[in-house]
Amino acid sequence: MATHQISVTVNGEAHAAEVESRTLLVHLIRDELRLTGTHIGCDTTHCGACTVLLGGKPTKSCTVLAIQADGCEIGTVEGLAGADGMHPLQEGFWEKHGLQCGFCTPGMLMTGAALLAENPNPSEGEIREAISGNLCRCTGYVNIVKAVRYAADKMGAAAAETANAATDGEDN
Amino acid sequence: MTPKTSADICGMGHSMKRKEDPRFLQGKGNYIDDIVLPGMLWLDIVRSPIAYGKIKGIDSSKALEVPGVLAVLTGKDLEAYNLHWMPTLMSDTQMVLPTDTVMYQAQEVAAVIATSRYAAADGVAAVEVDYEPMKPVIDPFKALEEDAPVLRSDKDGQTDNRIWHWEAGDKAATDKVFEEADVVVRERMHVPRIHVASIETCGCVADFNPVEGHLTVYMTTQAPHAIRTVLALVAGHVGLSEEKIRVVSPDIGGGFGGKVPVYPGYVVAIAASVVLGKPVKWIEDRMENLQADSFARDYHMAAELAADADGKIRGLRIKTLADHGYSDAQAAPSKFPAGLFSICTGSYDMEQAYAEVDAVYTNKPPGGVAYRCSFRVTEAVHCMERVVDTLAHRIGKDPAELREENFIPKEAFPYQSPLGWEYDSGDYQAAMDKAKEMIGYDDLRREQAEKRARSELMGIGVCSFTEVLGAGPSKDFDILGIKMFDSAEVRVHPTGKAIARFGTKSQGQGHETTYAQIIAEELGLPAAHVQVEEGDTDTAPYGLGTYASRSTPTAGAAGAMAARQIRDKASKIAAHLMEVSEEDLEWEPGKFSVKGAPDRSVTIQDCAFAAYTNLPEGMEPGLEATNYYDPPNLTFPFGTYICVVDIDRGTGEVTVRRFVAVDDCGNIINPMIVQGQIHGGLTQGIGPALFEEIPYDEDGNNLAGSFMDYLVPTSMETPAWETGHTITPSPHHPLGAKGVGESATVGAPPAIANAVVDALAHLGVTHLDIPITPDKVWDILNEKGVAE
Repeated sequence: MATHQISVTVNGEAHAAEVESRTLLVHLIRDELRLTGTHIGCDTTHCGACTVLLGGKPTKSCTVLAIQADGCEIGTVEGLAGADGMHPLQEGFWEKHGLQCGFCTPGMLMTGAALLAENPNPSEGEIREAISGNLCRCTGYVNIVKAVRYAADKMGAAAAETANAATDGEDN
Repeated sequence: MTPKTSADICGMGHSMKRKEDPRFLQGKGNYIDDIVLPGMLWLDIVRSPIAYGKIKGIDSSKALEVPGVLAVLTGKDLEAYNLHWMPTLMSDTQMVLPTDTVMYQAQEVAAVIATSRYAAADGVAAVEVDYEPMKPVIDPFKALEEDAPVLRSDKDGQTDNRIWHWEAGDKAATDKVFEEADVVVRERMHVPRIHVASIETCGCVADFNPVEGHLTVYMTTQAPHAIRTVLALVAGHVGLSEEKIRVVSPDIGGGFGGKVPVYPGYVVAIAASVVLGKPVKWIEDRMENLQADSFARDYHMAAELAADADGKIRGLRIKTLADHGYSDAQAAPSKFPAGLFSICTGSYDMEQAYAEVDAVYTNKPPGGVAYRCSFRVTEAVHCMERVVDTLAHRIGKDPAELREENFIPKEAFPYQSPLGWEYDSGDYQAAMDKAKEMIGYDDLRREQAEKRARSELMGIGVCSFTEVLGAGPSKDFDILGIKMFDSAEVRVHPTGKAIARFGTKSQGQGHETTYAQIIAEELGLPAAHVQVEEGDTDTAPYGLGTYASRSTPTAGAAGAMAARQIRDKASKIAAHLMEVSEEDLEWEPGKFSVKGAPDRSVTIQDCAFAAYTNLPEGMEPGLEATNYYDPPNLTFPFGTYICVVDIDRGTGEVTVRRFVAVDDCGNIINPMIVQGQIHGGLTQGIGPALFEEIPYDEDGNNLAGSFMDYLVPTSMETPAWETGHTITPSPHHPLGAKGVGESATVGAPPAIANAVVDALAHLGVTHLDIPITPDKVWDILNEKGVAE
């Protein structure tokens, strides 16, 4: 089996890896880089447990070859929290009971992060549509929708504060 | 319910944020496939493409040439150790790997062990198996015909495909009620084969240490202790005795009943680890999961209800054929082959009932596990709640009103049901009233009448269910002879923090939080200071595990009882510390004070420290207790669900517009978690009601073997659930709690089915089998000439 040298940047950290042509991105992430927060639930791109950000887009890593990610920026759940604590989405899922067994959660979070990057103020319908490719057997989705709204509100408020601070600065 | 404890202590009634969440939210959960051991090998399974046939030969030679492949195990290899068969939890038998015959599609045929996940899969593709196909028995009714082949000829004395016959109730007396009744309604229904489809599939890492003869198995199991005992019984003859087996159930990505049985993959991985002396990992993929793991339901029921002309229900009769596939691999209590199906009289008072179930073998995967339900309660409730609606439509009475007129009145509890249960407590009318009020029932009926006049199809569905759970009292309940108690072991450390271990195993239910809250409620220690552990048979006390909504009724009760024993000891220590008599003490959560002198007090933390440093003379040091709780009765949660559906006359698609669920699970430990359980259960109710089914063609091919065809609800089909509750405490549970995890899975499907039938009733429709897919509805619309 032919192997290939690839390089990927995962959560801001550069990695070089030798992979077979057929190695799936999710296996590179889980088995080689040992970032096990990204899960595998179905192998057919239906459940979304393996969702990561590939070049900023939510992508099901169980049906992408690792070599297709060569040179790409990848974001996984492990990179979501910052030095100052959990990401507002993570906080929202905790506050609103948006998870139970936790298995679909990393994929939901990455899909949610991509949604909020594109649409900082999504409606319930837009949230439901965004997460419609991520299956959850535990929560019934209602609290996941609330969790994403929580994050949108919190990030919106933070953005408004930053904007106000900037405006105040101009006034002075 | 106002909590008795402060937010700092966070006992019962507080919506405490879950203690387990930070690790799940940050990708730091520890699920089975996250476990990697040094030198670990991979196992993958060769599966049968046919449903029934002889194995003429297995050629492993090409597989063994694949780089990385180390071994191929077959039934013949296991036969050398007498490990090719294993018992099911229902004392039936099933093959681990076959030596000569395959009995269902996707059956395990051989196992390939290799140095990597990919090499093992390559090896599977290279194993050549020569099959001689035979005509399978797929239809359970045909399985009973005289000329049907005897599928389980391996079993001594088996002369047909019957497994067992079960019945409850007085047949003659019930027949008499039917003969005398003004009205008799009948409905045939099939609650089809479905699959729990937890997002995490099953798997294990078996790690046999050949030097010490010690086996550790990390596995996706809801019942680690019982599984350890089963392993010791099955493999004792090859030297695996129980003290040398450790089963560890790590974080579980959803269980719902599918992770109770022992699957051949686990056993083969263990055998491979023993043979090779290295850790072996087996992780099934989604298709293996849907095609080979235990199914649920598959009950063909013929139900009859006898009533007076005004709708007073007098009797119920149900005849059922249960398709168990190749083996009876349920995980039900041994004295209850049809589970707790005899709860079928439900929320209604009636004179007589008679229910019977015949179980048969077919060429389908084995099973009969409960998909998020307490042993066949879903089937029983679906049957009753559907046929009640048939009666309502027949006599022209509102289905809610008919139910109300037949409810067991709250004064009648404890209530003796005609099929032998003693319901502990209930107030069915209160739940009905609340549900009707929340959804605006009368307004909806008016809207429906208006829409019907405009030929729009809208339906309102009602379900008033009663569950039976918390198995169970040891006089009746056991699995393979092991009594169905559960356990807790609580130890308070000198600085007033605690560890609490339980015999159950959370799969997302939030035990690390709710159990801590139970200890907090009883001891007044902050729940944040109580570390909860489950799932390691080396450390946790023995218990039967988590399924059938039994954790709170059994292990939760054990936790409360253990905490009370600790409080009793702490009381003696408090009296010693304050130099007063124990009778002079008053308890409030977290503190003992002297009656009449409230400023004289010691905290539970003071008592904990004293338990290690300053004891009354003669008292044994330490502050801990263990309780094995044998419940005196089961618990009987209930509720009323009402939903509204709209039907698209162009496509036959059913949309659940609103769904109100009013549940009564007794006293509530964590309202947020209870609501989450209801939301999840409702979603696993709408799934089987509208989408989920594992059908087979006549050759035994699974027609929904991946998420391409096995449709689980997404965020688009799932409505914004509306929940409410009433509280009727259980009189016998130490906390007055009843359990809640499965109520909604039980109650939702008949509510939705009733709503669809209600939308079509004026066209003469009395029943549709679930899942009510658009094509079934469209066929009816077309036949009745109302399709657009």
